Amino acid sequence: MYSPHFLEQLYRTLYTIRVFETQCIKLYRQGLIIGYFHPYLGEEAIATGVCAALRDDDYIVSTHRGHGHCIARGGALEKMVSEVLGREDGYCRGRGGSMHIADVTRGNIGANGIVGGGIPIGVGAALGIRIRGGDQVAAIFFSDGAANNGVFPESLNLAAIWDLPVIFVLENNHYAVSSPIEEMSRIPDLYKRAEGYGVPAGAVDGNDVLVVYEKTKTAAEMCRSGKGPVLIEAKTYRQGGHHVNDPGLYMPKDRLEEYKARDPVKLGRRYLREQAKLDEERILAIERDIERRMEGAIDFAKNSPEPSVEQFLQEVARH
Amino acid sequence: MNLTQANTAGRTTREIMYREALNEALRDEMLRDDTVFLIGGGIGRRGGSYKVTVGLLDEFGPRRVIDTPISEASFTGAGVGAAITGMRPVVEILFVDFTSLIIDQIVNQAAKYHFMSGGKGHVPLVLRTQGGSGNGLAAQHSQSLEAWYYHVPGLKVVMPSTPYDAKGLLKSAIRDNNPVIFIEHKLLYMDRGNVPEGEYIIDLGVGDVKRPGKDVTVLAWSGMVGRSLAAARTLAEQGIEAEVIDPRTLVPLDKTLILDSVRKTEHLVIVQEAVRRGGIASDIASIVQQEAFDYLDAPVEIVAGKNTPIPFNVHLERAAVPQEKDIVEAVKRCLYVE
Repeated sequence: MYSPHFLEQLYRTLYTIRVFETQCIKLYRQGLIIGYFHPYLGEEAIATGVCAALRDDDYIVSTHRGHGHCIARGGALEKMVSEVLGREDGYCRGRGGSMHIADVTRGNIGANGIVGGGIPIGVGAALGIRIRGGDQVAAIFFSDGAANNGVFPESLNLAAIWDLPVIFVLENNHYAVSSPIEEMSRIPDLYKRAEGYGVPAGAVDGNDVLVVYEKTKTAAEMCRSGKGPVLIEAKTYRQGGHHVNDPGLYMPKDRLEEYKARDPVKLGRRYLREQAKLDEERILAIERDIERRMEGAIDFAKNSPEPSVEQFLQEVARH
Repeated sequence: MNLTQANTAGRTTREIMYREALNEALRDEMLRDDTVFLIGGGIGRRGGSYKVTVGLLDEFGPRRVIDTPISEASFTGAGVGAAITGMRPVVEILFVDFTSLIIDQIVNQAAKYHFMSGGKGHVPLVLRTQGGSGNGLAAQHSQSLEAWYYHVPGLKVVMPSTPYDAKGLLKSAIRDNNPVIFIEHKLLYMDRGNVPEGEYIIDLGVGDVKRPGKDVTVLAWSGMVGRSLAAARTLAEQGIEAEVIDPRTLVPLDKTLILDSVRKTEHLVIVQEAVRRGGIASDIASIVQQEAFDYLDAPVEIVAGKNTPIPFNVHLERAAVPQEKDIVEAVKRCLYVE
């Protein structure tokens, strides 16, 4: 059984991601956020469950759809909102934006604008661990889209031949931008590819935070005892298009509704009521608290200065 | 201690090969810093195609001298990830031609990480690779691709021409906190030269005068330095004193060295093995015309590779890249000498 405190922490993370994405989409519609913004809506349970099973000194590698990973890794909302607004107090001082948020001090090596680009980087973090002789692990978040990029099989093989402590977290949201995985792979159960490389693998319900947590906990234990790498395919579904300006019209409505009925945040809320025995009032209080924090983060970000062009030009002149 | 070739005088020196100089640099840095490790194809048991990593597997073991499958993009990316998380990888790609396979990891990942993270992350990675033509390896194993990396903000580009420079620059490259593309030349590995006993490094961004002269500046790097020095000897017999300068690192570029030399000689010939189009020589010529226009007595001459893939046939191969004779002719054109 899980302690009420643990279930509350999980729900706090799930709900924070949900609120962050929802509020940022509003900021986007107001013209305060520009460029690309890829919401993690519908996939919250994966980042939440995986990161809950990791230690503070472990590493994660994120993706272009990376806000959830950063939040689940304990990222600061003020710095995240500031960054997506392009401000000086952002994680990257306004120089990276949504697709490049990294929080090196928390072992978050960062999001990535290149689909699949982070996979070998995560293998490298694990290689460093192996050379130093530590027992940390590296969790690599990547998508079904990235699984069809050449670096995935290469990196899976490298991690396998070197017995690296890598947890490959394949977030199968069924779409590479707009291309359904059923059309992009003859075998849409992508975890099956791992067998050929000698890597233990399995699929889980990516919308169930406790299932993801348990699977990751086992994987992390295997990695720490030298039995890595491990691959977890978390099946999920985007609750919208590829990015904020993609209505996702190619996604069948009935399928979307089916996944929304198993919404990962709602499921986490149910665990809080049924397993942690929290009453509705208490849960609402948690939710209000998170919403207030997000409002505070937005205020902070709006008041954060724009990066200085003068200072930027001085930095550039040195190179 | 930062030395140029000239002031090694007075120190005890040894004559070693370029490949031995590189080997010593790797070994020194691995002994000095246990976060330094080597990763690449055939670098361990085989000791590298050009014997640069010979003996290092035995000395440092398989955790720090790592043989890889032929998965360039991913083992380079692994270097990037290890570098971000506190290691100092030296990644070897056997031929610069094969770096086409790792462009994403170098250009989109390693080069930009420091900047994109708002200066909070670092990628202390060295990419050792090898380029140039001259031994019949044809179009996919003979290119000079330094301009690709010269073009990308966030990368340093180092191209040593002597054993002395190779050792001192590789040590600096390994100590640098952000990515360095270190391109060796396949014809230089057996070249011999003096290195001082004991520790020395050469700072990135400090060029070297390989031969002083007063009449014309010949600027060359990597494999073209030796050819330019040969041309300078021929020219000297005809009463022309060429100053041969080697920037040693293309990024950062020692503009002061180049401009000082040009202001003295008032004539500049740039020799590059790479194809002319979109090359570094053109960029240096543009810098010089902007910053030393009034000193120039003649248009800047560029002697460069022809705009062609490198041919296999030995005569065609030779015709495709600058030879001593081409350099001599360019110098004479520049000086309006028949």
